[in-house]
Amino acid sequence: MDADDVRRAIWRMAHEIVERNHGLEGVVVVGLQTGGVLMAEAFAEALQEIDGTEVPVGTLDVALYRDDIGIRPVLPEAVTDIPVDLDGATVVLVDDVLFTGRTIRAALDALTSYGRVRAVQLAVMVDRGHRELPIRPDFVGKNLPTRRDEMVNVSPTGVDLGELIKEGR
Amino acid sequence: MNHLLSIGDLTPADIDQLMRLSDTFAEVSRRAIPKVPALRGKNVVWLFYEDSTRTRLSFEQAAKRLSADTMTFSVGSSSVKKGESLRDTVLTIEAMGVDAVVVRHGSAGVPWQVARWVEDRVSVINAGDGWHEHPTQALLDCYTIREARGSLDGLRVGIVGDVKHSRVARSDVLAFTALGAEVTLVAPPTLLPPNLDGWPVRVSHDLDAVLGDLDVVYLLRMQRERMTEHLVPSLREYSERFGLDIRRAERLAADALIMHPGPMNRGVEISAEVADLPRSVIVDQVRNGVAVRMAVLFLLLGSGVERVLGPEVAADPTRLLSLEPEEVLR
Repeated sequence: MDADDVRRAIWRMAHEIVERNHGLEGVVVVGLQTGGVLMAEAFAEALQEIDGTEVPVGTLDVALYRDDIGIRPVLPEAVTDIPVDLDGATVVLVDDVLFTGRTIRAALDALTSYGRVRAVQLAVMVDRGHRELPIRPDFVGKNLPTRRDEMVNVSPTGVDLGELIKEGR
Repeated sequence: MNHLLSIGDLTPADIDQLMRLSDTFAEVSRRAIPKVPALRGKNVVWLFYEDSTRTRLSFEQAAKRLSADTMTFSVGSSSVKKGESLRDTVLTIEAMGVDAVVVRHGSAGVPWQVARWVEDRVSVINAGDGWHEHPTQALLDCYTIREARGSLDGLRVGIVGDVKHSRVARSDVLAFTALGAEVTLVAPPTLLPPNLDGWPVRVSHDLDAVLGDLDVVYLLRMQRERMTEHLVPSLREYSERFGLDIRRAERLAADALIMHPGPMNRGVEISAEVADLPRSVIVDQVRNGVAVRMAVLFLLLGSGVERVLGPEVAADPTRLLSLEPEEVLR
C-alpha cells in the first residue's frame, strides 16, 4: 500500500463508519497509542468532510491493562486523553495493525474506566491475522496475510499518512 | 534499582522520567473509575514503626489504584511488642511472599538495612527514616512545582524552619538542586544541622531578607517538642521571625508558591489565612502524592524489566524509560 492506497482506505472506512451508525451522533474516535493516533486524526478529518460533523478524538494508552505486565517490559509513556464522557457514546477504536487481538482486549478493558459506552467498533488499517482472542475488526483497510514471525512495520514519524504503513518483508 | 531508598540514588534524568511517568498516573486518577489492573496479584506491605497518616494513606491509595493488595504491619499491636527484632519481623514478612515493603522508621538507615536482608527478592521503599530521608515526599514536591511552574530549573526555593530534624528537607535539597533549583535554608542557627559542608545550599537566618527573591517558600513543620529542647525561645517568637503570615505573603513575588509537607501548625509556621491562599499548593501536594507513589510502585513492581531485559537494565529500570516504545513493546 502506498500513500494513496492508505488515503483511499481511510476515506472508504470513514464512509462505512457513517453508514453503519446512520450518521455520527454520539460517535467518538479513539486512537490507540501509538500507531492508531495519527490514523484517528485522519479519520476525524475524513468524517468531518463527509458528514460535516466534528467528532471528538481521543487517545488511549493500554499499557496498564496489558495481560503481559511482568512478563515483558511495559511502560506507559504515551498520553491517554479522552476528551468527552463516554457514557452512551459509540466508540470507534482505531489502530494501525490488528494481530493477536490482545491490545484490543486491553483497550476494551480500559474503556470501561471511562463509563458505559453504547457500543465499540474497531477500525484497523491492516488485519494481519493470527488472532489469539475472539476479536474481529468492523472496518479494515487491508487484509494482509502474514507469517507469525513477520513484522508489519509502522513508522512513528508518519507525518504523511502514506508513510505510516509499510508492508512487511 | 530494585529499591527506592534515597533521592541521591537517582540521576536528574531518572527524576525527570519519574515525573513523566507520574503524568500517566495523574491521568488515571482523573478517570471516572480511577483504577487500573497493572499490579494485580502484587502484594505490598506497610511496615510503619512511626506514626503516619497521610503518607500511609497516600501509599495505600496509590497501591489500590494499581490493583495491588496491601497489608499493614502495625507495630502497636504486633509481635514487636513481644520483643521481636526488626530482622525477624522483616524475614517473617518476606516469607509470606510480599513484593514490596514500604518502611518508615524513627532511625536513619533502617530501610537500607532492610534492603540488605531481603536483597533483590523484595522491593524496599523508604517512607521516611529518622531525620534522614523521605524520597517520595521530595518527588511529589518536585512534581507539584513542575505542575505549577513547568520546571524547577533556575527557580529559587527557600526551605524555612526546622531543617535539622527534617527528613523532608534533606530529600528536598537533593531533589530540587538535582533539577536545577537554587535552595536557600532559612532558619535560626539552632535549627540547622551543625555541619552543612557539601550541602549545595545557601543559608540565611533572616526570612524577611530573602522573601522577595523566592519562587517557592517551603515551610517545614515546627514540632512542639523542640520547645522542650530549648532550640527556640518560644513558639510565638519563632512564629514572629520565621512564620509566614499574610504580611510576609504579600511581599512574595506574584507567581511564588507556598508549600508545606503537612501536617500544618496553623498559626505557627504558617498563618491560617496564608494556608488558604490560591498560591498555596499544599492540597495539590497531597493530590500529587498519590500519582507519584503510583509511578514509584509501578516502576519497581510492574515494569517487568528483570525477566526480559536482563540484570543490566533490571539494576536500573529507569533506563527503560528512555527507550523508544518500539524497543519496549517488542
